[in-house]
Amino acid sequence: MKYEKPGTKALRLILLIVMLVFILFPFYWTFLTSIKPENELYGDTVTYFTVHPTFEAYKNLFTTTVNFLSAMGNSLIVAVSTTLVTLCVSTMAAYAFSRYDFPGRKALMSIFLCNNMFPTVLLLIPLYTIMRKLHLLFTPGSLILAYTTFTIPFSVWLLLGFINDLPMSLEEAAQVDGCTRGKAFIKIILPLLNPSIVATGVYIFMQSWNEYTFAMMFTNTATRTIPVALKSLIGQLGVQWDLLTAGGILTIIPVCIMFFFAQKRLVEGLTAGAVKG
Amino acid sequence: MKTKKRSIAPYLLVAPATIIIVCVVFIPVIQAILMSFQSYDLRRPNAIKFIGLGNYIEAFTDTQFLNAVLRTVIWVVLGVGFQFILGFVLALLLNRQFRGRGAIRAVSMIPWVTPGVLIGLMWRWIYDGNFGVLNDILLKLHIIDSAIPFLSQKSTAFPGVIVTIIWQGIPFFALMILAALQGVSRDLYEAAEIDGATKAQELFYITIPSIKNTIYVTGLLRIIWVANSVDVIFNMTEGGPAYSTQTLSVYIYNKANALNLGYASAMAICLALMLLVVVIPYLRMNFKEEKS
Repeated sequence: MKYEKPGTKALRLILLIVMLVFILFPFYWTFLTSIKPENELYGDTVTYFTVHPTFEAYKNLFTTTVNFLSAMGNSLIVAVSTTLVTLCVSTMAAYAFSRYDFPGRKALMSIFLCNNMFPTVLLLIPLYTIMRKLHLLFTPGSLILAYTTFTIPFSVWLLLGFINDLPMSLEEAAQVDGCTRGKAFIKIILPLLNPSIVATGVYIFMQSWNEYTFAMMFTNTATRTIPVALKSLIGQLGVQWDLLTAGGILTIIPVCIMFFFAQKRLVEGLTAGAVKG
Repeated sequence: MKTKKRSIAPYLLVAPATIIIVCVVFIPVIQAILMSFQSYDLRRPNAIKFIGLGNYIEAFTDTQFLNAVLRTVIWVVLGVGFQFILGFVLALLLNRQFRGRGAIRAVSMIPWVTPGVLIGLMWRWIYDGNFGVLNDILLKLHIIDSAIPFLSQKSTAFPGVIVTIIWQGIPFFALMILAALQGVSRDLYEAAEIDGATKAQELFYITIPSIKNTIYVTGLLRIIWVANSVDVIFNMTEGGPAYSTQTLSVYIYNKANALNLGYASAMAICLALMLLVVVIPYLRMNFKEEKS
């Protein structure tokens, strides 16, 4: 390592702190807003810390205004179902792309990749009419179906990278020992792939938990998900910022926890996919 | 060493994913194309009829559409450009050994897992003209004399939403670049140091060429996501004031909400064609990699 001037080190530290403040301050501010008492929230002076924290907003979120609890339930149903469906079909497809060379493989892979490129607003309009005809509109089914489609390409991409990293010899050895191909997959590949599947699952969960554009169009008061419920906290008379920020904090906590556990593996998969295609 | 033997197994494995994608993406895309040639307004369901290129002609004479296209280009160039630069800087800063690195890396990724709606609303609160913290900070630093209603005046609204999208995209770039940096061989830097290369030379002649694939793919993905993004702008300004933050995707969304589906579809097709220019080189590169 080259000798480093102390000035460079200080500069680097300052730069890092500035960037972290920029990235994290909005979250601090959101949290602070959610626990500020009302007189500090809309007072003459803006306070950067509160000595009288109150969790009134969190309580009100569940007792008054919109039914936030049921929105959380709806989001959970949609996100969990989407994650399970997408993981099943994507693992199968990724395995086929990785282990078989078959006519049409390239064409199919292109279709999967292209799928990510269509503007969501382009699909929104025809899907709305299709969902209405299928009587899926305003049910969780419509969102599960839509989110499954949008998360498949990226999931296949991620899983393909992970499976490609597992040597073929593992399955071949199992097959020599008398396993069928399917059995070799279940007994050998699946356990090894497990952490990667979890990481991919976190990605899918995050996407379906956070999506707004489709949720806004495809749900009603009874079936709406958290992002829509958040937006609905903005009423005729303006925004109730304490409620809204409390709702926001509750929204990101589950995904943050999941992300922290899965982030290392997820990053490995993302870059493997980016480099290998 | 892949199985070459003819077998239906791979087709069975790929079938479920393919069927879902065809039903939920390709059929709607065809429908959208058909709809774009019709006067299709749900407020006037009896007047739905084929009008050929009518919607497209309307678009190209609609100043709102043309402005939205221009705004989308600015939105993508500035948004993705700064996401890349700042993400790169963050990745370089995090690419060293220091205590608490893992925790800092994880924490700095939170904007990426935050829903767009919440991002829009959080920043709307920060920019607030009466109680917003940004105004308070700028006033205390004596940079401004009186509070600025950032999102409700034309001159500051668009820069305001661009800063927000930059903030949202930094982590993803940083995440991808940081991971790619782990694959760059230490030997290259040592050799360069022996030859007396400066830090800047190392950056431009070793680091960037080594991770250019990652930069390329991440950039393309972000371009597509940012161009398509509706939720951040919609929840900050809904495209206002006076359409000054209305990008093409927001305009389409507003038209679709107003149930003018034919016109919205035609504009969505235009957006898709614009993105295709970006996608084609990406697909090409992908298969070139595969061959080698």
